[in-house]
Amino acid sequence: MNSTLKTTALFLVVTTLIAITGAMQSWNSALLIVNMGLVSAIMSLGLNLQWGFAGLFNVGVMGFVALGGLATVLISMPPVHEAWRVGGVHVMTALFIGVLTIAIAIVVFRRIPKGSLRTTLLIVILVVGFVTYRAILDPGVAAVEAINPTITGNLGGLGLPVLLAWPVGGLLAATAAWFIGKTALGLRSDYLAIATLGIAEILIAVLKHEDWLTRGVKNIIGLPRPVPYEVDLQNSPWFIEMVQDYGFELAAASSFYVKVNYSLLFTVILVILLIMAQLALKSPWGRMIRAIRDNEVAAEAMGKDVTKRHLQIFILGSAICGIAGAMMTTLDGQLTPGSYQPLRFTFLIWVMVILGGSGNNFGAVLGGFLIWFLWVQVEPIGLFLIDLLTAGLAEDSAIREHLRQSAAHMRLLTMGLILLLVLRFAPRGLIPEK
Amino acid sequence: MDILNAIVAFSNFVLIPATSYGSQLALGALGVTMIYGILRFSNFAHGDTMAFGAMITILVTWWMQALGLHFGPLPTALLALPVGIVGCLLLLVVTDRAIYRFYRIQKAKPVILVIVSMGVMFIMNGLVRFVIGPGERHFSDGERFIISAREFKALTGLAEGLALRTSQAITIATAIIVVAVLFWFLNRTRTGKSMRAYSDNEDLALLSGINPERVVFVTWVIVAVLATIAGVLYGLDKSFKPFVYFQLLLPIFAAAVVGGLGNPLGAIAGGFIIAFSEVMITYAWKKVAGYVVPWWSPEGLVQLISTDYKFAISFIILIIVLLFRPTGLFRGKAV
Repeated sequence: MNSTLKTTALFLVVTTLIAITGAMQSWNSALLIVNMGLVSAIMSLGLNLQWGFAGLFNVGVMGFVALGGLATVLISMPPVHEAWRVGGVHVMTALFIGVLTIAIAIVVFRRIPKGSLRTTLLIVILVVGFVTYRAILDPGVAAVEAINPTITGNLGGLGLPVLLAWPVGGLLAATAAWFIGKTALGLRSDYLAIATLGIAEILIAVLKHEDWLTRGVKNIIGLPRPVPYEVDLQNSPWFIEMVQDYGFELAAASSFYVKVNYSLLFTVILVILLIMAQLALKSPWGRMIRAIRDNEVAAEAMGKDVTKRHLQIFILGSAICGIAGAMMTTLDGQLTPGSYQPLRFTFLIWVMVILGGSGNNFGAVLGGFLIWFLWVQVEPIGLFLIDLLTAGLAEDSAIREHLRQSAAHMRLLTMGLILLLVLRFAPRGLIPEK
Repeated sequence: MDILNAIVAFSNFVLIPATSYGSQLALGALGVTMIYGILRFSNFAHGDTMAFGAMITILVTWWMQALGLHFGPLPTALLALPVGIVGCLLLLVVTDRAIYRFYRIQKAKPVILVIVSMGVMFIMNGLVRFVIGPGERHFSDGERFIISAREFKALTGLAEGLALRTSQAITIATAIIVVAVLFWFLNRTRTGKSMRAYSDNEDLALLSGINPERVVFVTWVIVAVLATIAGVLYGLDKSFKPFVYFQLLLPIFAAAVVGGLGNPLGAIAGGFIIAFSEVMITYAWKKVAGYVVPWWSPEGLVQLISTDYKFAISFIILIIVLLFRPTGLFRGKAV
């Protein structure tokens, strides 16, 4: 079977699966899968750039996704003027001092030759900088968090259109990736993995505990939307008329309409990124990246700057994950720092890339859709199977009850099984790299 | 008197907790480092292996408690520990036979094995949540304290109390015993020597007639013992929650890497370095400072970083060591 045909067939299978969901459950839940599938596909595209193209072992996807979510808040939420008035100056000055301290420390580290003078200077700069930073930051934070803590208690955002947050999310993730790449990319692959794993945890810790920024675990809800609200639709005459023409139910139709809008927006972004990734893969630059992946020493001997290329692709891939993160937070309409878990936002994306076929952009997209579909549907399927298996047991049997409650954890088992089976029997994935 | 109070407060809030946490990390890091030395990959499933061993132990503990079996003042979990180790070993051996061996024979790149271990991590994580649920579980019983803060105050007349929990004492004692036995095994027995030879130079070891499958099996036995003990001790000291064990992966890896991957001595040193930095940097020094420098009354808690960022500490130490001494403090190995 030729490869284009196979790719088309695989995408048709996924479409059919989603269509079955639509027919059997509801079209609303099918669209929900499509929307998150689109977001997952973009994340997986970003990771594929890093792992598939360049062989960079990034286990910190979650951190970049969360940064995208943060961007949504910073761009789209209205500013809390009162908080800015009482604490804004303090917080901003403190952050500036923090950045300044690190910058001075780096300059000292570079300019002064190694020795006890440098060590002493560095320690003095860092200690003084840290104490000043905390001394200015702490009162500012206390003041900001005291403002109306049940609703705000943070500085808010800029109040700009939420669509702007998507590129900004990418930018924020790219900036973080630059810093991380500068320090960690020289490390061996499994050290890089541990380093990125740690950075992702730290980023989540910041989102969870810096209440002045993100309200922490109190969550930020009611983010502005790029698409109309259901309530407005249900009250607008043109929509009511349209729904009546087709004979749908108003509430379901409005929710469906909103989701379709999201799908269209997301599809546009996915297509743009996919075309760009495809062009990059086929360009001389893409060939160089793959040459570096396959034999670093040889590529270096040919005069390629391996470190710079690695940094470049690490930033690009992370930026894509950031964009996807911003899109996801926009879709959710809320930022819930407590919900970022590495199994869901890092390792699941890895399963998507490996299953789809690392090094192949279409594979990454397919993996994104397929794995997201399974992630959502394994639970109901598992529940169905458990009911079937325990049909002989009494209705109130303890075993049956326990199994039913544990069905949610079937997803983890299934994902692990998929990953292991693919690695064993089809290590190049469903749509292998050409 | 003030100095004595300062020392007591320091021991109570820093020295004892950090030592027991350090022992738990060291046992975990020893497991990671053994796998890295013999099987040559970083095992992402280690946190979940610890959780699995601890889970079996907890189930057996509950069963024993239901039967009315108790271990005097000590926690019943210690009686159940051997069963937990055997259960954990069974899982590890099955995993090795079904999954890892295939890649070992193929001589797959270490990075592939790391991804494979991610799959194993998913499965073990799911398995643990499936059996015992994702919630927090308590299973410690017996005497809670060897000496409680109130008793200590009454005994010494000091203003500060010093509490030593049974779980902390058990942790430290067990860790010392386990490490001593492990080093005796690695340095004195024939099998241990053959393992070190295999870790140093695989081809040479094979040439001298060492059976690789046996070495791998013994490694999994050691890993099962270390992981289960570390998991149970952590659970006794704090509490058992699958997600927390998964998160322990980071400090454990940091400990193993800081000490030098593949170097058992380094893993122990790394465990204590990480634990002490974590506890000391997140501890609110106000009380101790008040005794040492009585004329200084700070406004805040004199806490360098809030406990929320304890991950950041293990991570920063990790990065600093990797940047300045890439093979770790004790010269680990590189595959």
